[in-house]
Amino acid sequence: MNGLPAALRRGLAPVVVPVLAVLTALAVAAVAVVVAGSSPIVAYGALFEGAFGTPARIATTIGRATPFIGTALAMAFAYKAGLFNIGAEGQILAGALLAAWVGTWSFLQDWSAWLLLPIVLGAGIVGGFVWGIVPGILKAKTGAHEVITTIMLNFVMTLLAVWLVNSLDPIILRDTAVSVARTRPLPDAARLPELVAGTKLHWGIFLMLGLVAATAWVLDRTPFGFEVRAVGTNADAATYAGMSVARITILVMAISGAMAGLAGAGHVSGADGHLSPGVFVNVGFDAIAIALLARANPYGIVPAALLWGALLSGAPLMQQRAGMSTDLVRIIEAAILVFIAGDVMIRRLFRLPEREEAPV
Amino acid sequence: MIAAVAPRRLRLDRQRVVGGFFVVGGFLLVFAVAPALTTESKRFLFGIGPDAPSWTFVPSTATLWIGGALVLLGAAAVGWRGRIVQAGLVVAGVLSVLMILVAALALSSNRSTNLAPLFVQSLRLGSPIALGALAGLWSERSGVVNIGIEGMMLAGAGIGFVAYALMNGGAGGVPLYLAVLVAVVAGGLFAALHAFLSITLRTDQIVSGVAVNLLAIGLTSFLRSQILVPLNADSATTLPELSIPILSDLPVVGGVFTAKPIFFFTFFAFAVAAFVLVRTRWGLRVRAVGENPHAAETLGIDVIRVRYGAVILGGCIAGLAGAQFSLETVGSFDDLMTNGTGFIALAALIFGKWRPGPVLAGAMFFGFARALGVRIQLLGVEIAGFPLPSQFLQAVPYVVTIVVLAGAIGRAVPPAAIGKPYRRSR
Amino acid sequence: MTQGGHHVLEVDGVTKTFPGVVANRAVSFDLAEGEVHCLLGENGAGKTTLMNIVYGLYRPDEGTIRVRGREVEFSSSADAIAHGIGMVHQHFQLVPTLTVLENVVLGAERVRRGVLELGPARRTLDELMDRYGLPVDPDALVGDLSVGVRQRVELLKALYRDADVLILDEPTAVLTPGEVDEFLGTVRELVDLGKSVVFITHKLREVAQVADRITVLRGGEVVGRTTPAETSEAELAALMVGREVSFAVERTEAHPGEIALEVVDLVVDDDRGHRAVDGCSFAVRAGEIFGIAGVEGNGQRELVEAIAGMRPVVAGEVRVAGRSVVGLDPRRIADLGVGHIPEDRTRHGLIGPFSVADNLVLNRYHEAPYARGLVRDRSAVRRHAEELVETFDIRTPGVDVPVAQLSGGNQQKVVVARELSRPLAVLLVAQPTRGLDVGSIEFIHRRLVEMRDRGTAVLLVSAELDEVLGLADTVGVLYRGRIVASMAAEEADRHRIGLLMATGSEAA
Repeated sequence: MNGLPAALRRGLAPVVVPVLAVLTALAVAAVAVVVAGSSPIVAYGALFEGAFGTPARIATTIGRATPFIGTALAMAFAYKAGLFNIGAEGQILAGALLAAWVGTWSFLQDWSAWLLLPIVLGAGIVGGFVWGIVPGILKAKTGAHEVITTIMLNFVMTLLAVWLVNSLDPIILRDTAVSVARTRPLPDAARLPELVAGTKLHWGIFLMLGLVAATAWVLDRTPFGFEVRAVGTNADAATYAGMSVARITILVMAISGAMAGLAGAGHVSGADGHLSPGVFVNVGFDAIAIALLARANPYGIVPAALLWGALLSGAPLMQQRAGMSTDLVRIIEAAILVFIAGDVMIRRLFRLPEREEAPV
Repeated sequence: MIAAVAPRRLRLDRQRVVGGFFVVGGFLLVFAVAPALTTESKRFLFGIGPDAPSWTFVPSTATLWIGGALVLLGAAAVGWRGRIVQAGLVVAGVLSVLMILVAALALSSNRSTNLAPLFVQSLRLGSPIALGALAGLWSERSGVVNIGIEGMMLAGAGIGFVAYALMNGGAGGVPLYLAVLVAVVAGGLFAALHAFLSITLRTDQIVSGVAVNLLAIGLTSFLRSQILVPLNADSATTLPELSIPILSDLPVVGGVFTAKPIFFFTFFAFAVAAFVLVRTRWGLRVRAVGENPHAAETLGIDVIRVRYGAVILGGCIAGLAGAQFSLETVGSFDDLMTNGTGFIALAALIFGKWRPGPVLAGAMFFGFARALGVRIQLLGVEIAGFPLPSQFLQAVPYVVTIVVLAGAIGRAVPPAAIGKPYRRSR
Repeated sequence: MTQGGHHVLEVDGVTKTFPGVVANRAVSFDLAEGEVHCLLGENGAGKTTLMNIVYGLYRPDEGTIRVRGREVEFSSSADAIAHGIGMVHQHFQLVPTLTVLENVVLGAERVRRGVLELGPARRTLDELMDRYGLPVDPDALVGDLSVGVRQRVELLKALYRDADVLILDEPTAVLTPGEVDEFLGTVRELVDLGKSVVFITHKLREVAQVADRITVLRGGEVVGRTTPAETSEAELAALMVGREVSFAVERTEAHPGEIALEVVDLVVDDDRGHRAVDGCSFAVRAGEIFGIAGVEGNGQRELVEAIAGMRPVVAGEVRVAGRSVVGLDPRRIADLGVGHIPEDRTRHGLIGPFSVADNLVLNRYHEAPYARGLVRDRSAVRRHAEELVETFDIRTPGVDVPVAQLSGGNQQKVVVARELSRPLAVLLVAQPTRGLDVGSIEFIHRRLVEMRDRGTAVLLVSAELDEVLGLADTVGVLYRGRIVASMAAEEADRHRIGLLMATGSEAA
């Protein structure tokens, strides 16, 4: 590292720092592995093999990463406007819930996939949009901080989902044909097709990749994207320049929610075909970690989300081979966030140049 | 990072909004709710046995009276101002709570219900919320946002219990108290991480809080599956119950005075906090540092040290709140055991506007919402022929917090320096 | 040690650099017991940095500090306080949610086992208030106090700590002329009671009134040491800015046309909801510069922001070319041909991390040719930027560098270039030359006169009376949110304007 010219090192920092943060996190978690009486080489080898060992495993990894792309993108987009959307968990659930409900409306059951699929995905967008615009309006009109309102709305949505899906008296969305609490299955025409059979990798990944490209393009190339970045960097100057900070705040939160909502609908339509209320627990926190690992860069989110998918899909083999609880990957994830958040530690540890400004 | 969006404040005066709310609610009670409720008489008991005090009432009539009172008190608040009117609004609040109880019993098939245990249960369930909120209070009054309370509580619950299980497998005695101490230290250590990230490294305080939460979730789940599951450590002995002589024999409220140590400690901790914050040097400095750290620095106060102290003290309290789950109440540890209590605590902190007394009251109110949820399940309260979902009551703290933040009932103004990383002059 | 023993404070060869800036270079300075020593210099000359070093907030890179002849090394302001040094900062360092008494004792609390003993503190404070004639209610919340009273609290804080060296950093910046006189009296009194005072200022008149000795700083270096008796204001001014300077701008007679901007009975609140502009009325004609004189804090900022649409109008009327603009948003007002050079360029005028090119279209980015339909045309933005960099002589390595990397003068040129590069009916200009070097000041003044000559109505708000008198065709005096008098520039003499600024009327 030290041989590189300073300018080059500075230019590489956006990539180098996250990579080093991940490696450092793996090293820290290795300590836990050793303390727990196993070998990090065995454990991490199994983790890697579990994630990438066969084509099917790779497909599973990508499938697991799919919803994370949407939620992390939602977080990153809001972050560009200086907003901290912790509400991805509520918004993805809102989208998934609405999609799971609309998709089972009886009069839609015979419709062709060309009609039904857009309706189901659109329902997801609407659900997330609504759950995102509420904190946006509260922030713009009353100054209520979006971090707190989105946290509170996460819990409200979780409770709402639990009631709608679990309730037996009356039966609202619950599928009574199975003993577990989940919604009725979507008709085949409302399902995003699988890419690799039996792996839960579905066409939703292309939806998410398209969303990534669209977001990057909007931020970089459109007047609206210019406004979003201006508001996020200096809201006072944006106001002076004739931008409506309130309007942009509301719009960005709504769009951010819609992104998460689409991810939720995609998951219901592609991966599961139904909604169990617990599937998205803590995705909001994960979204923050992934978005920050990607430094809020839309394209950076793809590899960062893939890392999350790999950790999740590799964990069972690690447990089997090394006797390490799958919860180890949660420690790894948290440690990654710690080192990304405190990237000064990484820079000092590896003697990289100090960062001059906060990342946006 | 957090854009300063100029808030467009509601010009409608706060007292009028609240008053108007009561007027509208009162009219609804009189004209819509009262006629729909049963005229069959019901009974609130305040204790067990034939001698226990009780109140027999006819729900529809009681609703008429309460509704009328709300209209009058609300109208007074719209038209006049002053202390008496404000006291009237407090009475209206209490009447609203009473109305909820009346409606619940009216909608149930039961003839009577005992409110004494409901009261006791509210305080029990409010206690960990209150401790969590106190943890947040110390941190945030010093200027450090703390959304990691949940993680610190979870760390206390998990690591404390692991220590207990490792020491003697959960058989009580001295190891139990040592385990509580471990829980406190664990909470403090997680808080120290939060302090290190957000104060020393000047990481965004929200991000740092999220990191603490994720790490606590990961670490405690890992410890449980690696250590507790193989040990088969379950149904351990919990902290013993204590009875305060005389007080515990009081009617109605006596039940509160037979409880476990951390529960009692909650109230003690709040009394101490209120005193320390206002009357001691350290409290004065915490307040100054949370409002204007640069002013404090020019007076030679070490801002960073004060903040570290406040955040870590908060973490220790959160750890104790965690111990309340695993070591005081249940005697085992489950993944995500604290179940969002840390976030309700955050809600109580905002509800109480970062002041000890109101924060404690807010936590107990949220405890009441939880207790009522359970009671309503037991009573089989039905609306339109279907049971009232307990989730609705569970959502009350969150909705109330959003309403408070939006400024509809009392604007919540946080400490001025909160969320801003502090850079020492060089 | 020059006069042994008599010097309470000596600074010897202090150098302090910040990334990219040398704030102090080999500065030496001393303070004799019982004197007022003025530290004079322009904004950015390094006065505050030097005193922050003395007060222990910064550590010097080189040089030594001696207090009463003993060399000291301060690691925080606590050390300075312990050596009897007190400082009143330009931006008050008070905690608004604490009471006066709590603010005063903060950091120097008397305690018994950690518990505050406010009783004795209160008695000491009462005593200090009596002795120095600084009355304040000890139990009032500082947030509720007026600026003048807050300054008293700051002084009391220093006195409570037994400071006998007082550093006052631009203490009169926020005061009205009447309060200034009173305050200067207080300073003399403090000296009579045995205190020694370092008085930081850039206002020459105050120096003449209060100083025993004067040290002039420029660009971080000492450029002169003198006493009021040995020098004149003109000489001090020349020392301060490096050459003979005059704000007098060469300009021809104005040819005013129709009324372009009209403000009638305008009422505007400040951020805390207090009345800032209260029944303000005036009119600016096309082709004239209307200059607003006034002590800062009399509603200048709120007035300009309300006209520009950035702040809600409570009552009254603002018309641009006869059309009401009340309730319109900033963009609609800008579209009517209103340009705005804001008071605080880094906060309002520019987005630091954005490129020079993007900042040059900050309010035009959505219009052709910079955007076509949904897409931004970045090459059009660049071409536009390269043109303006050329015509406005903006010194920048390129149009793609972040604007924050430019010097203050060039940043202001970016703002000016953006606002003046389109046809304007009305131009709002607030503190256009604050903190700039002389070259940039002259450049900007010339541009403003040019705009006037092209038929724009220019509203100029400045805290520098000389700037207003030098540029304006008509001068209005703003006092407590209202124009109390307006007159042609020829009739506006300093004395008359000064009286109006101070009292709101000409009857003394």
